[in-house]
Amino acid sequence: MWTLIQVELYKIFRRPRTYIAFIAVAGLIGVIQFGLKLDGDAYVGFMMRDITSSLTVEGKILNGYQVCYIVLQILLIHVPLLIALVAADMISGEANMGTLRIMLTKPMSRTHFLLAKFLAAVAYTLLLLIWLAILALFLNMLLFGVDDLFLLKSQYVVLLKKDDIFWRYAWAFGFAALSMTTVASLGFLFSQFAENSIGPIVATMSVIIFFTILSTLNIPIFNKVKPFLFTTHMIGWKEFFDIKVNDANESIKGSIQNPQKIITSAIVLFLHIIGFVTASVLVFRKKDVLS
Amino acid sequence: MGTIVKVSGLTKSFKHNTAVNDLSFSVNEGDVYGFLGQNGAGKSTTIRMLVTLITPTAGEIEIFGMPLNKNRIEILRQIGAVIEKPDVYKYLSAFENLSLFARLSGVSLSDAKLMDQLDKVGLAHRAKDTVKTFSQGMKQRLGIAIALVHDPRLIILDEPTNGLDPQGIADIRNLILHLSRDLQKTVIVSSHLLNEIEQVASRVLIIDKGKKIVEGNALDLFDPAQTIVELQTFDNQYALEQLQISSWAQHLQPQRDSAILIKIDRLQIPQLHRDLVDMDIQLLSIQPRHSLEDYFLQVTSANQHVDTYSS
Amino acid sequence: MRKIVFVYIFLLVSFSSYSQDMTALIMRVKAKLDQVNDYEADGRMKTDVSFIKAPIGKVKVYFKKPNKFRLKKDGGISLLPKGGVSVNMNSIFATSDFVALAAGEAMIGGSKTRIVKLLPANENSDIVLTTMYIDETNLLVKKAVTTTRENGTYEIEMSYGQYTQYGLPDKVVFTFNTKDYKLPKGITLEFNDEEKPLSEADKLKNKKGRVEITYTNYQINKGLPDAVFK
Repeated sequence: MWTLIQVELYKIFRRPRTYIAFIAVAGLIGVIQFGLKLDGDAYVGFMMRDITSSLTVEGKILNGYQVCYIVLQILLIHVPLLIALVAADMISGEANMGTLRIMLTKPMSRTHFLLAKFLAAVAYTLLLLIWLAILALFLNMLLFGVDDLFLLKSQYVVLLKKDDIFWRYAWAFGFAALSMTTVASLGFLFSQFAENSIGPIVATMSVIIFFTILSTLNIPIFNKVKPFLFTTHMIGWKEFFDIKVNDANESIKGSIQNPQKIITSAIVLFLHIIGFVTASVLVFRKKDVLS
Repeated sequence: MGTIVKVSGLTKSFKHNTAVNDLSFSVNEGDVYGFLGQNGAGKSTTIRMLVTLITPTAGEIEIFGMPLNKNRIEILRQIGAVIEKPDVYKYLSAFENLSLFARLSGVSLSDAKLMDQLDKVGLAHRAKDTVKTFSQGMKQRLGIAIALVHDPRLIILDEPTNGLDPQGIADIRNLILHLSRDLQKTVIVSSHLLNEIEQVASRVLIIDKGKKIVEGNALDLFDPAQTIVELQTFDNQYALEQLQISSWAQHLQPQRDSAILIKIDRLQIPQLHRDLVDMDIQLLSIQPRHSLEDYFLQVTSANQHVDTYSS
Repeated sequence: MRKIVFVYIFLLVSFSSYSQDMTALIMRVKAKLDQVNDYEADGRMKTDVSFIKAPIGKVKVYFKKPNKFRLKKDGGISLLPKGGVSVNMNSIFATSDFVALAAGEAMIGGSKTRIVKLLPANENSDIVLTTMYIDETNLLVKKAVTTTRENGTYEIEMSYGQYTQYGLPDKVVFTFNTKDYKLPKGITLEFNDEEKPLSEADKLKNKKGRVEITYTNYQINKGLPDAVFK
């Protein structure tokens, strides 16, 4: 199994297409950093206009932690496409290249082969997120410095102290890894059914877009379905940036407002991953390789 | 010599057709087993079932005395297969591909040994080049190197000469003979190039529309006493008229490719030659056709198609 | 008729002498505060606004006569009422151009206070009216309600302790009006539509915010460079 995983990782990282995602992430973050470095004050002013009508906000709002949050909000909607590029290609790409039949005549269990491919896709996902963390968090901490984090939610505002933020990002990235692994597992499942990567990639993105729309729309009939959609739970990383207050409305350092919500979301995502991967294994074991 | 492959009642049905229908055959150790059939006869489907790419609808396959469905990994360890056009990873070099598949086959070979494998198939000088720069023939040879890298007991070659030039075809033929005679490997080779199979196969299976037509030793199947002789004359129309009123009339075969065909014992060829001269038929050539091709056409439904085209 | 005129004249004279007393009271409070040429102090600032979750922050406060005042947050982001926190008693008393009118008495923090309304004489002043609740006995301003042109009305309530003699408070609470806060969920990407609990919903309706600063470690009249206020 370990040999299989090594071989799969070797194939992924020898393929030029793999690096598109890393370059895309670097490019996107670079553009955001450039824009905020030049025009960050205007952006902050726009963000804060509701607050500044009654309050004066002093301090370095546009700091590394703030920029990282902005980057994550934008990118974690688009990174799924980059994940799908590799995950949805794992089986269909092999079929398209014609290498699937040579691989499956080698002495290895189909289940091991599939799981090794999935784990390689997960490793790719994690590396992409580490890359994202390096650029979005560490690089921004260097470029913009660090300070408190000022977050605008829909009904309230959260101000987190500088020394109460880094651990939240560590957990948030961990949760984002779980979200992106869910996307990878969906793309991986679709990959079983095609001999060309385009179909599974488009199908994965279509499902994500469709479910995200259902998750966002505030229509009563959809509200019953929302808790079961993985897209509703993919943004669970944001819950790490909400804090509890005591009776005197003082925020409690190191606390999370809704830890149960995070746990529930993590469980839902985990169950989706298990479901998609199990379905993939069941389909693949019986699959006739005609390519 | 024991039976290495035993197939009983093998059937594969897809949604709209039955590709393989109740097929049974066996391959003995040391055989070069020729697997013949027209396009769409079920050869590739059968071979894919042998290497577990396709699951049979019914029937059993035993390889090395073990049921395939229960001992898949152990059996595959001893099989090297080239299925149709061998595709490898185009973005890797020949050496990298071979190294990768060697690991997956369960063998750990040094770089020198891997280069040796490439040298055997004439690719050592292109070892570091990416496969996307390779011709079809080179990819075929690389596929064969990959199939042989772990020194398998049974080698399955599905259409190994596809896309090869005459030299390449000759190389494959020599390789098959070498594997069989010198290395005592068992080889199953499927092809539609009948003259190639004729030159290497010790046993032959002919299938048509998924069903076995005939199986047996090559020598037993092709009776030299029933040689088809092809005549080319200056005036085939006149020659045909003369032969039809001669004692050779009963031996005449349906015309094909504007040649006159007569089925006779090889020993009667000199007499035929003399009679043709006596009948004032101006001969351009007289030669025996490949016996396997005729046998094949005889036993399969191809004859009907040929009559249609030649009339 | 003569009785009415007599009462009227009596009230007018009383009123005049009474208003003169308020100015005197103000001057006495000002004189007390004038003991302090400058001070710096450590503070603990709590922002208590219904729609803001904020931590307690450490601040440093600086004052230099006549009206230099600076509140520096010890790093981090601070949320302060618009225009409010920069106002302190000393700067209110810095102007001598005002009219002080008595407006009765009230109990503030367990102490009896005189209510004095201060109207700035300068029509262009941002401050329109300040209502002070003064502990006459100790010459301490317990509460001030200030109405400004630009930033609405806010209250400042003060508690005194060990620095009473200087008129410097231990704790100051600024209460001010806040506007509604709401952002569309499509922008914040919050997909849950749970109703907020009733108590929290009620809190949102309360459109007042508070900033509490608790002062310690006053360093009084030690000399402060002007650079601190830049």
